[in-house]
Amino acid sequence: MTNQDLDALYQEIILDHYKHPHHKGLREPFEAEVHHVNPTCGDEVTLRVHLDGDVVSDVSYDSVGCSISQASASVMTDLVIGRKVDEALAIHEEFLTLMQGRGSVEPDEDVLEDGIAFAGVAKFPARVKCALLSWMAWKDATAQVMEESH
Amino acid sequence: MLAGGYPLVYLDSANTSQKPQVVIDTMVDHLERHNANVARAMHQLGAEASEAFESARDKVAAFIKAPSRDEVIFTKNASEALNLVANTLAWATGDLAIGAGDEVVITEMEHHSNIVPWQLLTERKGATLRWFGLTDDGHLDLSNIDELVNERTKVVSLTWVSNMLGTVNPVAEIARRAHEVGAIVVVDASQAAPQLPVDVVAAGADLLAFTGHKVVGPTGIGVLWGRREVLDQLPPFLGGGEMIETVRMERSTYAGIPHKFEAGTPPIVEAVGLGAAVDYLSAVGMEAIHAHEQAVTGYALEGLATVPGLTVLGPLDPTQRGGAISFELDGVHPHDIAQVLDSRGIAVRAGHHCAKPAHARFGVQSSTRMSSYLYTTPAEIDALVEGLEYTRSYFKVG
Ligand SMILES: Cc1ncc(COP(=O)(O)O)c(C=O)c1O
Repeated sequence: MTNQDLDALYQEIILDHYKHPHHKGLREPFEAEVHHVNPTCGDEVTLRVHLDGDVVSDVSYDSVGCSISQASASVMTDLVIGRKVDEALAIHEEFLTLMQGRGSVEPDEDVLEDGIAFAGVAKFPARVKCALLSWMAWKDATAQVMEESH
Repeated sequence: MLAGGYPLVYLDSANTSQKPQVVIDTMVDHLERHNANVARAMHQLGAEASEAFESARDKVAAFIKAPSRDEVIFTKNASEALNLVANTLAWATGDLAIGAGDEVVITEMEHHSNIVPWQLLTERKGATLRWFGLTDDGHLDLSNIDELVNERTKVVSLTWVSNMLGTVNPVAEIARRAHEVGAIVVVDASQAAPQLPVDVVAAGADLLAFTGHKVVGPTGIGVLWGRREVLDQLPPFLGGGEMIETVRMERSTYAGIPHKFEAGTPPIVEAVGLGAAVDYLSAVGMEAIHAHEQAVTGYALEGLATVPGLTVLGPLDPTQRGGAISFELDGVHPHDIAQVLDSRGIAVRAGHHCAKPAHARFGVQSSTRMSSYLYTTPAEIDALVEGLEYTRSYFKVG
């Protein structure tokens, strides 16, 4: 690994979100709360979802972990809060594709906004799980709310 | 050389050790020239393979000063050895049987491999799992030993050297108390066998486990040593070829130790590699390895103390600890530290090192761990300290 790779991994945007995370903290109301752990490193997130009809009204979370996992949670909340659930799920898909692309996927800034900063993470297989932790937690919690409302 | 042009600085030996050429050559030679199954082949190659495999057992027995070579059982790794003990104890009858009201004592600094098997055992048998707590400076809290280890205690299982805190535990002293109340003592020597001269009898162990890949041997091979009387009382673990005396359709009778616990074709070349590994360590001398480890650890503790915001978890006196040093660095997560160090060719471990309860005890979720071994040089420690300074500047802390 070279310094350029390191800088590609730790984009300024990522470090900014890490130092000043958005939407952090657990809030009421919420319909589902999940706790996800990365068993290999111990990173943890507790995440709540509040849906208002088919809109993601709030996503709140409490987490401990590395810069990548923390920044990813922050960016994720920016991207999904205020969207329709199916739109948010589509963004989730797009982010997942980027992360699983081993560095070969060109990210779409119109869809992923600050999320494009994670393109460099995809080249570090050990860190992809960090970037996906909160996204997976959000999807899980959202699925639980949807299930209950059916 | 690694990507980026940096030489490798391998400081993850507590995770797995690098292998000397003689181990690699011995394994290649075995596969090229002596490969056959053991014990069941009636031909020359079979005899050679059996001879190589059984002589590895002799070497391991000498390495740990086992009173008898038959007390050395080959397993897949330390985890399997510990699970072998916990499982066969669950099936044991007589003195060793464990039931409701009985207690098993472990410690808060165990590797998950010496926690989970005992949780499974006590849950299955309705017994109670208890543990020694830790002091703030990373030692076992022995203040309540006489209450904790009591007449209900059937097993005391503990690590000799902690893989997270580096602490060297007073195993013989704890074993004395355990034996007073009639409990058996299981020692996890996974981190001790690489660094300390091991004498299973002097340690006071009834059973002792370690893993081949941390003593410069290959993966896929571990060792369980047990006192003959204890091993004879334990029922078989896995059933299959090699572990029997005779098999009829209704029932079988079992081989004596060690074969009773070695069902199926064993990891032959791995055992041969392990034999070469322990011979290598003995030739260097375990006293010399231990002295080197203490010197490098002392040097590392001094170097780490110069890094602002760095806190070492565990004892700070190098004479009281092994070569694994876990630490925290204010403002930078262990994952990120390991990543930046890796960009400079420095390999450390980040995470909970399979010791989540020990991390929880110190209120940390994860840590960074450097671990040295007989090949580690002071220059590599210097590279780590410089790398940590660089990490602080990269993440703009301080
Ligand atoms: C103290 C201790 N016990 C047990 C183990 C387990 O070893 P293995 O994974 O080879 O079974 C390790 C190593 O990871 C260890 O450090």
